[in-house]
Amino acid sequence: MIPQIFILSIVLFLMAKAMPGDALTGLIDPSLDPDALAAMREKLGLNNPWYVQYWDWISNAAQGDLGNSFKYKMPVTELISQRVSNTLWLALATLILTYLIAIPLGIISGRYNDTFFDRIISGYTYIGFAMPLFIFGLLMLWFFGFYLGWFPTGGSVNPRATEGVGYVLSKIYHLLLPALSMALIGVVSTVQYLRNEIIDTKQKDFIITARAKGASESRVYNRHIFRNSLLPIAAFLGFEITGLIGGTVFIESIFAYPGMGQLFIQSIVGRDFSVVIAVALLFGIASIVGALISDIILNIVDPRIRIK
Amino acid sequence: MKEMANANAELIQPEDYSKSPSGWRVLWRELVRDKVALVSLLFLGLIIVVVYGVSLFLDQKEVVKVDLFALYQPPSADFWLGTDYGGRDVFGQLIIGARNSITIGVVVTLLAGLIGLVVGLVAGYFGGHVDNGIMRVVDFFIILPFTMIVIIFVTIVPKYNIIQFCLIMTSFLWMSKARLIRSKTLQERELEYVQASRTLGSSNLRIMVMEVLPNLTSIIIVSMTLSLAGNIGLESGLSFLGFGFPESTPSLGTLVGYARNPQTLESRWWIWLPASLLILAMMLSINNVGQALKRATDARQRKG
Repeated sequence: MIPQIFILSIVLFLMAKAMPGDALTGLIDPSLDPDALAAMREKLGLNNPWYVQYWDWISNAAQGDLGNSFKYKMPVTELISQRVSNTLWLALATLILTYLIAIPLGIISGRYNDTFFDRIISGYTYIGFAMPLFIFGLLMLWFFGFYLGWFPTGGSVNPRATEGVGYVLSKIYHLLLPALSMALIGVVSTVQYLRNEIIDTKQKDFIITARAKGASESRVYNRHIFRNSLLPIAAFLGFEITGLIGGTVFIESIFAYPGMGQLFIQSIVGRDFSVVIAVALLFGIASIVGALISDIILNIVDPRIRIK
Repeated sequence: MKEMANANAELIQPEDYSKSPSGWRVLWRELVRDKVALVSLLFLGLIIVVVYGVSLFLDQKEVVKVDLFALYQPPSADFWLGTDYGGRDVFGQLIIGARNSITIGVVVTLLAGLIGLVVGLVAGYFGGHVDNGIMRVVDFFIILPFTMIVIIFVTIVPKYNIIQFCLIMTSFLWMSKARLIRSKTLQERELEYVQASRTLGSSNLRIMVMEVLPNLTSIIIVSMTLSLAGNIGLESGLSFLGFGFPESTPSLGTLVGYARNPQTLESRWWIWLPASLLILAMMLSINNVGQALKRATDARQRKG
């Protein structure tokens, strides 16, 4: 994991360096003396070879200093810390909604397979599988935000709500539509997986045994089938994180939600490379950690793949 | 030996069933049996004919020319789907955008499939250090957030045409294909026909290309069909965020991207809704076809 993050940081640094223009390009105005500009480049270390610059950057980053944003004129860490909590809340809400929706749907679809409800749910997963997230987000915003006017169409909190219960409620109110959009698309693979698992498990010998011993229908499902089928779902948690990261970039720019994804897009448009590289590094680390979490959970819930 | 096999075949089936149907035939038969998939396939064919046919009569430069006297016109006889903020005909952009999106999707899918196939075959067939080395790299790239890396890449490259854009996308998309092919090749190479061929003195290249590869075709076709839908979605997603092509080269995502302006989203449906629905319809159809093909590769699930 550590070597992965190390390679990721080098790759990202080189990519950011290769971006057209540097941090000073935006400042250039006709009145500025070119010699002064060159001196400033020298002072900022922009003329050093890349590995020296990389070392400067990474050793500072390890101490929690990710440099300054040239666009917002403030430390990158400060800029990120303003946004990171918004994205974390969005991710958390999405995860909760995903599991709240996916598990009941998967269980109904698997337990009563080939009934009317199963057909409806399967049809939904079919469409959800094909629907790109950004189109679904737009449709949700259009319908619930503009047409029905039930939800706010941007921002993360009502500026007038400053503290207390009102602040929290306003936050949740702004979160709900973006989180729901991501969750409704995100549940699809979990529902399909759960359905297939349950249908598979239903025909196994130990279920026949349980029935033969006279176990009630609810006991068969709750104690025997769900236990086997639900545990692997836990391992999806890590992969969900990777999916969420890709999702926030789209959802945050559609819903004008001030989080990390929006910051990433804004700073790449503004050529604010110290912010771009910091956000991408954080997201990359989150993905790597997510994959690791999945491996660990899978190890815990499934003894067969435990390393001997 | 051969006579016995023939005699057996005659006992079971009077007709000539001595040879099992080829992979292609099984795929085709399943597709025809599944009515939804067949309709989807016809629908896709129709879209492709219309899009490529009509775009022959449209001049991209003419379509994307700004006309200040016709800003935000609602649909009318002149402009079938109205105009956008530059007074450009949305219908023309839709056709040309669909052409660009489909072309990019197909090229990226083929390129990523080809690279993934070669890498996966080599890694899976030789195993050992080769496999370890290649898969280390693949595993590293596969967990990175694809959208962000491609966005950074697209910003680095100052100017790109359709081919270069395809190459950028491909360079981050072949990994999952390589992983799939590798795992299947690992299974295949343990089978007896590979051992037999090796004993007979066939070269590694011959075994890989002439013997292992034909057994992988149906899996490759299925996985490429399904990822074609995904790739069209990815390209439109990037264009939607503004990291695809400039507006002079419209894609379906460019049209949807105009909806990032709240006023357009709220009251000018004709700009973004048709493109969104077209993307959705195409992805649904491609997935339908892909799912039917997927069933065909698993004999237990076949309908036909």
